Amino acid sequence: METSRDDFIIAVRSAFLKKGAAQRFSLLALIIISFILLSLDFFKFKPIDLFRSFTKDLIYRGSFIASLPFKSVNSSIIIIKDHFILYENYEKIKKELNLIKTEKRESKFLKTQNKELKNAIKDTLKQEKESIVAKVLLDKKSPFLKSVVINKGTKTNLKKGMAVLHRGNMIGRIVEVNYLSSRVLLLSDLNSKIPVKIEPSGDNAIVSGAGNNIGTLLFLPKKSMIEVENLVFTSGTDGIFNEGIPVGKIIKLEDNFFVEFFEDLNQLNYVNIIKYEEEKN
Amino acid sequence: MSLFSKNFFYLILRFFPVLLLFFLVLGDFTFSFHAKKLVTFNLVYVVIYFWVLKKPEMMSYGLVFLAGIINDIVTGFPIGISSIDYLFLCGIASYIRNITLRSSLINDWLAFIPAVLIVNSTHYAILNIFFNIEINHYYLLLSSIFTFCLYPLVGIIFNQIFNLINPRSND
Repeated sequence: METSRDDFIIAVRSAFLKKGAAQRFSLLALIIISFILLSLDFFKFKPIDLFRSFTKDLIYRGSFIASLPFKSVNSSIIIIKDHFILYENYEKIKKELNLIKTEKRESKFLKTQNKELKNAIKDTLKQEKESIVAKVLLDKKSPFLKSVVINKGTKTNLKKGMAVLHRGNMIGRIVEVNYLSSRVLLLSDLNSKIPVKIEPSGDNAIVSGAGNNIGTLLFLPKKSMIEVENLVFTSGTDGIFNEGIPVGKIIKLEDNFFVEFFEDLNQLNYVNIIKYEEEKN
Repeated sequence: MSLFSKNFFYLILRFFPVLLLFFLVLGDFTFSFHAKKLVTFNLVYVVIYFWVLKKPEMMSYGLVFLAGIINDIVTGFPIGISSIDYLFLCGIASYIRNITLRSSLINDWLAFIPAVLIVNSTHYAILNIFFNIEINHYYLLLSSIFTFCLYPLVGIIFNQIFNLINPRSND
């Protein structure tokens, strides 16, 4: 019994403390360094932020180059697939176009009406909306963390929390900003929580990611009147996002309501970032 | 084959595990990939475990540490978490190497179960307790199972490469 315990201790000690053949560092020393790095991240140690930002920019570019061959293979596959479903897509788009034309006419009327009503209540609060286009550098399709890296950072005055859109629809928000790059946390991530308003019922809720293109509705009022196909927009109650950015539509799965995002979050190439300024009176 | 191309081929083989490791952590394609959101596995774990077990001289701990840092930056996890995962895996592989007299693919494979479970549990615990980052534990469990299932297949391929590097070895 004593001998086997001794053997275990010797084997563990040898594995973690001995440098071994051609090893310059012991495992224990490297594990301690890793914990130190992790604690720097945990305590948000400011003095190394600049260094960290520079390193991240460098690695993002390196990673972008390393993944170029796979990206070109992926895009070729998508092009081939698109060719096969060309006619089907044409018919679908034709129908959608007719629908959009009708909705556009309605929307034009509503816009004018909205403008008039805002003037009537002397709404002087205005938000400056400026949008910039960014390219998606990295889209590591990890099942655990849904995020993408874009090629714009503090150099173009991006800030944490800014809304990121694709074809006018909300896809996520900026959670990390470096000098030349930023990380966007997608709506599908488990850690993403966005305040939304459901129209036409006007109910407020929080949309949380679930790891796929369908979001969960949290804090929905118990007597909510929402129905399938209702539209979901940002509510702007967090004070960061503008209100009225389209997020998705309501669907029903196993007697529960969910939000199906308008955008396919796995197919992002270029995105728009809505820059925000402080509200001016 | 000319002497140059022979040497070049040997050099590629010599650094194959490290090159593969960095290729996997740097690329935005992922072999911790998911088909139909169900099959998800972590090839990096297999690479590290296999080579530390078979030939630790070819998988420097310093480079494994660096690969972990790069992986954290690319995936967006707190910096240091993947390094801890990878180094723990190295430690377990090294321990198994120390206690095993004659290694075989089946023995290594069975020892891979506790290794992956320990590493993924550490990963989950650190992210959830200290960083309050939610991780889908269902995917994590699936990832552990599929990574374990993948080991023999990748192990056979790696064994062939290992035999090319060490022609006299009978392992």
